[in-house]
Amino acid sequence: MGRIMAADMGGITEMTIGLAHYLTVGAILLVLGVFGIFLNRKNVIVILMSIELILLSVNLNFVAFSAWLNDLTGQVFAMFVLTVAAAEAAIGLAIVVVYFRNRGSIEVEDISTLKG
Amino acid sequence: MIAAIAFYVFAAILIASAVMVVTSRNPVHSVLFLILAFFNAAALFLIAGAEFLAMILVIVYVGAVAVLFLFVVMMLDIDFARLREGFQRYAPIGFIVGGILLAELILVIGAWSFADQAEELRLSPMPEGSVTNAEALGQILYTDYVYLFQAAGMVLLVAMIGAIVLTHRRRAGTRRQDIAAQLARSGSVNLRSVPAGVGLRELGIERPPLPEEEKPAIAHGADHGGGHGGHH
Repeated sequence: MGRIMAADMGGITEMTIGLAHYLTVGAILLVLGVFGIFLNRKNVIVILMSIELILLSVNLNFVAFSAWLNDLTGQVFAMFVLTVAAAEAAIGLAIVVVYFRNRGSIEVEDISTLKG
Repeated sequence: MIAAIAFYVFAAILIASAVMVVTSRNPVHSVLFLILAFFNAAALFLIAGAEFLAMILVIVYVGAVAVLFLFVVMMLDIDFARLREGFQRYAPIGFIVGGILLAELILVIGAWSFADQAEELRLSPMPEGSVTNAEALGQILYTDYVYLFQAAGMVLLVAMIGAIVLTHRRRAGTRRQDIAAQLARSGSVNLRSVPAGVGLRELGIERPPLPEEEKPAIAHGADHGGGHGGHH
């Protein structure tokens, strides 16, 4: 589990789960989040969900490093990231609601009408 | 062995549900897959030994953030078909950027190792013995990281105030108390300086006429009541 020390990081046998497994899952999750932002250019709600996925991958990396280094600081920082992500979701969704109230749609491309 | 199988199962479901979040046609389905992704990430946290964060993820993310998303998606009347128009147009560049990013990350993960001093440089090592994860986190969160904890509370407070300020609106037709207009009003209420111990009857001002004369004992009490009523 998470009690393997630094030297074991590269030694992945087929049985044990190493740090590289966690980092790979985190990397895939981050890429999916970035991909989601590109794919759903118009739907700002799905963009916010993609940002949540990216922050989740960051938390996954923090927890993995924290477990493998036996250092609790990573978990404290992951809690801070969670807090910021919750605040960001609340503010982002409030902006979406206000934007929808004013424009009747949530197409992000319409926002560029502001530019001179 | 069991942990390895569990890790692969949870990681596979996590990645599959993340794919469904970004490619799903209906944003409601996206939110539901996001909830599934959070649950599986919590399971991965558990396997890594971070029980407290796993529970926080389930409670805060699934219980609050994902439900907030669900709320907004269902509350807004959105034409989802129109929002899908640019899907094919942006897919190739998304694939290119994502592929490059993933390749670089895999390269970094493959060729990377801990520094030799990594073990000595730990800020807060996990306590030895049978200390649970939540207890160990609590021991450092309220002592070493108390300012970070307060800052997190401040972030949440600002977010709460910001969300209220953004979404609050004044509807037309509702009656509200306008304190400034009340204070600035003049003419309809006359202010008099009344000396202490002198009733309004002695001054002979602004008193609605009493309905009828009553017995003296009750009239005394009615005086006070009339004095209060005269302010209206």
